[in-house]
Amino acid sequence: MDAITQNLDLFWSGFLRSLTICLWGAVGSLILGTIIATCRVAPVAPLRTFGTAWVTVIRNCPLTVVLVMFAFGLPEIGINADFYTFGLAGLIIYTSAFVCEGLRAGINSVSAGQAEAARAIGLTFTQSLTQIVLPQAFRTSIPPVGSVIIAMIKNSAVVGAFGVGRDLFSVGESLTSAQGYAALPVLTGVAIGYLMMTLPAGLGLGALERRVAIAR
Amino acid sequence: MSTPSVLYDAPGPRARRRAAVGGAIATLVVVILIGVAVKRFADQGQFAGQLWGPILNPLDPDFNAVWKLIGRGVLATLTAAVLAIAFSLLIGGAVGVARMMLGRRSRIPIVGLIELLRGLPVVITIYFASRVLPELGVDLTGMPGGSGLWFLVIGLTAYNCVIIAEIIRAGVASLPGGQREAALAIGLTPGATMRLVLLPQAVRVMLPALISQLVVILKDTSLAAVLGLYTELLRQGNLIALNLHNPIQILSVVGVIFILINYNLSRLATWVDQRSVRKVAPKPTEAIPAEVV
Repeated sequence: MDAITQNLDLFWSGFLRSLTICLWGAVGSLILGTIIATCRVAPVAPLRTFGTAWVTVIRNCPLTVVLVMFAFGLPEIGINADFYTFGLAGLIIYTSAFVCEGLRAGINSVSAGQAEAARAIGLTFTQSLTQIVLPQAFRTSIPPVGSVIIAMIKNSAVVGAFGVGRDLFSVGESLTSAQGYAALPVLTGVAIGYLMMTLPAGLGLGALERRVAIAR
Repeated sequence: MSTPSVLYDAPGPRARRRAAVGGAIATLVVVILIGVAVKRFADQGQFAGQLWGPILNPLDPDFNAVWKLIGRGVLATLTAAVLAIAFSLLIGGAVGVARMMLGRRSRIPIVGLIELLRGLPVVITIYFASRVLPELGVDLTGMPGGSGLWFLVIGLTAYNCVIIAEIIRAGVASLPGGQREAALAIGLTPGATMRLVLLPQAVRVMLPALISQLVVILKDTSLAAVLGLYTELLRQGNLIALNLHNPIQILSVVGVIFILINYNLSRLATWVDQRSVRKVAPKPTEAIPAEVV
């Protein structure tokens, strides 16, 4: 256990760095995912095609391939950035496809009768969208989108393994490889760090789900 | 629009006109973006014959070697995925059944284990396997396929078996309660009830989710490339790109192969899903939490 107690500050800074990656990743992928979802349900055919293509390609491609493509492919066409930017961009783009599908599942779960009823009592398009359809869609989207964000927290470790540096995974790697600590205690510390993010996120999501649950 | 959407009414003439204008603008934007990208690629010489030749031109001296290596990579990826899914199904099935059949108190360790492994990134479990197992004196170098393959399979199995255990549990929970009661009432033991009545139906209900998990496992095999454990498709691609200096081209091939396999698996999952809905008489009721009803 010395390996953890002696390097507690390293672990802590690694944890904060991973948390930062996750926060930016969550913000970015929620925004991008919403844009893609808007495209997928838009009344304009080319936008729908674009959204479908985006989701199909990215959802079926491993995150690692996306990251390698960013880190080694983009410099070939003259786009250069540090690994942190590439890693974060790859994570956001990868996650956005799953966020989009979660949101779309929410919209699809609203039965057409709801919109028809809204129309029948004389609500305008905007009113029916903002007061009838989207509130219900948003509630139904919370469980799938929440699981996507938790999966993204776990995927941030892949970005770390790629060499972003100074995050939880990299801390574990450098302590075991370069500094020769035993792997078991160090990696246990790394695992605890990730559990400190995923377990509270899961509990918070469960609580949120119960709060907004609707009986249909 | 092919399917009626909850968001919009059937468009009238004005809405159709607006949609057409919007469509034209959107198409234009997409075309311009693609054009910019193509120009960028062309400016940087990414369409040069020596970069694409080894992949597309059968007369290129490297063509056969490249595709042979890629084929070997695909085979390695599939090997790891099949081993991981087989072990995950075996262990996950056992864990799921144990969780359902044990009493409230005696299943606490299993629930703890499930929550623990579910919260860990799979890249950590693989790394854990590759670093901690040798430290504990587990020697896998003699195993067929090399130790890297088995570290990958162990790491993938550790994570995916608990996911599969949860999928199976959800499947059993989604069955009507009368199934279990009827089986017990005709005198089957709890074990036989699970084995003969509940599991066969649950697996059927959960088959789409299990296939989707196969997609996840297949994608996660490429984590071995990041950790440098095992030469599967992505690592094979990286090695080729290192020699031929064409990362974009080779990685595109790797990506397309992954997308083709996974897209077809996803379609299979959807197909099985629709088929089972039609065949199984009552569609399983969704597991609604008691406090909602």
